[in-house]
Amino acid sequence: MYVAVKGGEAAIAAAHALLDKERRGDPTVPALTTEQIREQLALAVDRVTCEGSLYDRDLAALAIKQARGDLIEAVFLLRAYRSTLPRFGYATPIETGAMAIRRRISATFKDLPGGQVLGPTFDYTHRLLDDGLNDQVPAAELTHKIAHDEAAVPHVANLLGAQGLIEQNPEVEIGAPVGDLTRDPLAFPADRDLRLQSLARGDEGLLLALGYSTQRGYGRTHPFAGEIRMGHVEVHLAPEELGFEVSLGEIVVTECEMVNQFKGSAESPPQFTRGYGLAFGHSERKAMSMALVDRALRARDLGEEVIAPAQDEEFVLSHVDNVQATGFVEHLKLPHYVDFQAELQLVRQMRREWEEANRKEAAE
Amino acid sequence: MSALDDRPLLVAEGLTKHYGQHIGCADVSLDIHEGEVVAVVGESGSGKSTLLGLLSTQLLPSAGSVRYLMRDGEERELLSLSEAERRFLLRTDWGFVHQDARLGLRMGVSAGGNVGERLMAVGWRHYGRIRAEAEHWLDRVEIARSRIDDRPDTFSGGMRQRLQIAKNMVTRPRLIFMDEPTGGLDVSVQARLLDLIRGFVSDYGLAAVIVTHDLAVARLLSHRIVVMRHGRVIETGLTDQVLDDPREPYTQLLVASILQA
Amino acid sequence: MSDAAVYNFAYLDEQTKRMIRRALLKAVAIPGYQVPFASREMPMPYGWGTGGVQVTAAVLGADDTLKVIDQGADDTTNAVSIRKFFERTAGVATTTHTSDATVIQTRHRIPETPLREGQILVYQVPIPEPLRFLEPRETETRRQHALEDYGLMHVKLYEDIARHGHIATTYAYPVKVDGRYLMDPSPTPKFDNPKMDMCPALQLFGAGREKRIYALPPYTRVVSLDFEDHPFEPTKFDRGCALCGAEGIYLDEVVTDDCGGRMFVCSDTDFCESRRTPPRAAAPGLNEVPR
Repeated sequence: MYVAVKGGEAAIAAAHALLDKERRGDPTVPALTTEQIREQLALAVDRVTCEGSLYDRDLAALAIKQARGDLIEAVFLLRAYRSTLPRFGYATPIETGAMAIRRRISATFKDLPGGQVLGPTFDYTHRLLDDGLNDQVPAAELTHKIAHDEAAVPHVANLLGAQGLIEQNPEVEIGAPVGDLTRDPLAFPADRDLRLQSLARGDEGLLLALGYSTQRGYGRTHPFAGEIRMGHVEVHLAPEELGFEVSLGEIVVTECEMVNQFKGSAESPPQFTRGYGLAFGHSERKAMSMALVDRALRARDLGEEVIAPAQDEEFVLSHVDNVQATGFVEHLKLPHYVDFQAELQLVRQMRREWEEANRKEAAE
Repeated sequence: MSALDDRPLLVAEGLTKHYGQHIGCADVSLDIHEGEVVAVVGESGSGKSTLLGLLSTQLLPSAGSVRYLMRDGEERELLSLSEAERRFLLRTDWGFVHQDARLGLRMGVSAGGNVGERLMAVGWRHYGRIRAEAEHWLDRVEIARSRIDDRPDTFSGGMRQRLQIAKNMVTRPRLIFMDEPTGGLDVSVQARLLDLIRGFVSDYGLAAVIVTHDLAVARLLSHRIVVMRHGRVIETGLTDQVLDDPREPYTQLLVASILQA
Repeated sequence: MSDAAVYNFAYLDEQTKRMIRRALLKAVAIPGYQVPFASREMPMPYGWGTGGVQVTAAVLGADDTLKVIDQGADDTTNAVSIRKFFERTAGVATTTHTSDATVIQTRHRIPETPLREGQILVYQVPIPEPLRFLEPRETETRRQHALEDYGLMHVKLYEDIARHGHIATTYAYPVKVDGRYLMDPSPTPKFDNPKMDMCPALQLFGAGREKRIYALPPYTRVVSLDFEDHPFEPTKFDRGCALCGAEGIYLDEVVTDDCGGRMFVCSDTDFCESRRTPPRAAAPGLNEVPR
């Protein structure tokens, strides 16, 4: 009897048809619209835009639907689409200082210019399942007006900076080239621009675990959440042929600046240091974790001993991308029988040799 | 190399290393001749490990130079060596014995593989000959041949140090750097290791720079001694002379506090 | 979506292809050297051939004939998927016949039918760095390549012999290219290593996740590492293919029942089939072994 290896093509088509059916689920339940996903699973959409490195909430919602809610698969869909898009140019840096604030908190100062703005947060909610959400009741009417303070809200870190208590952001020449992870392969050692890019599109779960590990002593950085802010910022592009900036529209970002105690080293005086996190959408956990890991990765620059995984640039940057990671883990599903055959031969040979050696020993 | 050639093997001039504001090592000059053993002593933080790092090109000096007499008789400034030349020197004409054997050995590779690595790096491609050479050097450092396929993480501390020495000796280096080679070992194990090192130095005409805080080690092994404090050399001379009749008050203190203990 | 309308020929935009071609040219100029390239996200997962797919997309022209194999077979799922991808996005002719193909993308095998001048063999590579499992740091392995500092690889082979009495590496067996660079031949079985040596076809290697491209120009010397007294030995099978009778080829072991029944058949399905179907032209002698 010969086990057929033919038929791959038909099997694939059938598997895909089955996937389509499973995706729809019970047909008596109304189908989800991508608008519903965009509006009601907004944080999932934010995560997918962030790790997919593409700010398009409609496409992200479509990707989530197509991926049956598997967010890494949705990120992958978005990334694959992204790589087919032509590159028109690079936006000028967004100005988070001019953000239209929806949430802004600081853990380092009780009150500060611009105030503490709680905004829409899970913080201080009691994590009790809310049966009410099972019913199609409209959301509670807002009893308070949303304050719109037009005045620019200063960054907390800059308040410290004015007193020289925190390191200056590394001096960067205006117009100096910024690396682009998606156009040039990452090389080590990587500068902070590339590290931040890599972390920004990195997996939230891994960053969370790494950031957490620094808090538990694997590369301590003594962090304080100097500031977390979330809101709309405008994106500008200055096309070369135009010679001036035009606005492309607004995006929502979450920014986190960690302020880290630092005792000083041979290279640097004692002062506070910075860890920075920025994520598309309302992605607080991501931005905070990113800021922790960014600071941990600066160990080498600051003359600290590199001993923990979170401080190890090659380790972190090589494994933080979940599209790469999931692909390589899942590729173990692909056939490996040629290699396995070679190993099988080898194990059989080695067993023969081992048995022979044992027999000889027994005979002696 | 002709014994008549009395040029020093290694000449360091004005070696200085700053760590930010802190001085690791300041203005150290030193000659090492073929077959000569120099001990660098001082308390921890005195700059002796920094000096060893500078001499062995593991650290870049803030100022100063190190010249070395290559096997072909040419004197070379070590800072001007290409990375390839430097690596070649490090794994042929030089040896380095670390206090922590894990820095000097591959703990996941067998003893034979560890000893054979330098040979393979310089192009040996005959398994049988590499193995025979490894066995020879295991004999010389008194490690049983039957352990040749065992990994150093199954070895005792003293055996690991001896294996480090064997690993270095296969290419017949002329100069060997040792950083507290007996640190953390029991006294009896220390004595055996010191005997072995002494034998190697006289049998192979090895020159050595040994960093140690243990003046007894310095007395037993070295011809000359260099006393360091606060990154500077404060006294130097023949070992017996310095230890029997120290001139500097600090050296007197060291000798008094350690040797009499 | 009608793909041809939406996407560029062979999926990638022309700028990206140019970037990859530049990397390929450099790779061909320095045989065995790993050239970093800005690998793109492809619509198949990393680790499933994205490097090979990008290289194929960059070298494919409208008049090319493409063959895709995985484990030596044209019909394994991933081979089917990649072949379909190029049928859809490039509309090129495809074939399962090695000799008819101008571009062959492969995972884990080199076809048994000898390749000829003008053909391109594109390998999918998971881990391009032959020193990776001895030294995990990219900064260090790149330095080792730059300085031709390859002693460590021989230490690994030494350890094999010390432990097993022979070199116990059966696939991804390291090779020295043109007397200079140490190269990972991708996870092809060492059985295939001799086919790489002085091969008339151009061999290109793409690692998408690791963002590296390397190449063997036609007629490049490729030597499998070994010791003088433990020379490289390709895997040998002590039997022939149960279907076509060929000997001296790589075999798959097929389990036929749960009582230990198994048979050995050609891993190269095209080779096996063309021996069993009536010749399109004159067939070689039944047991003739192609080299």
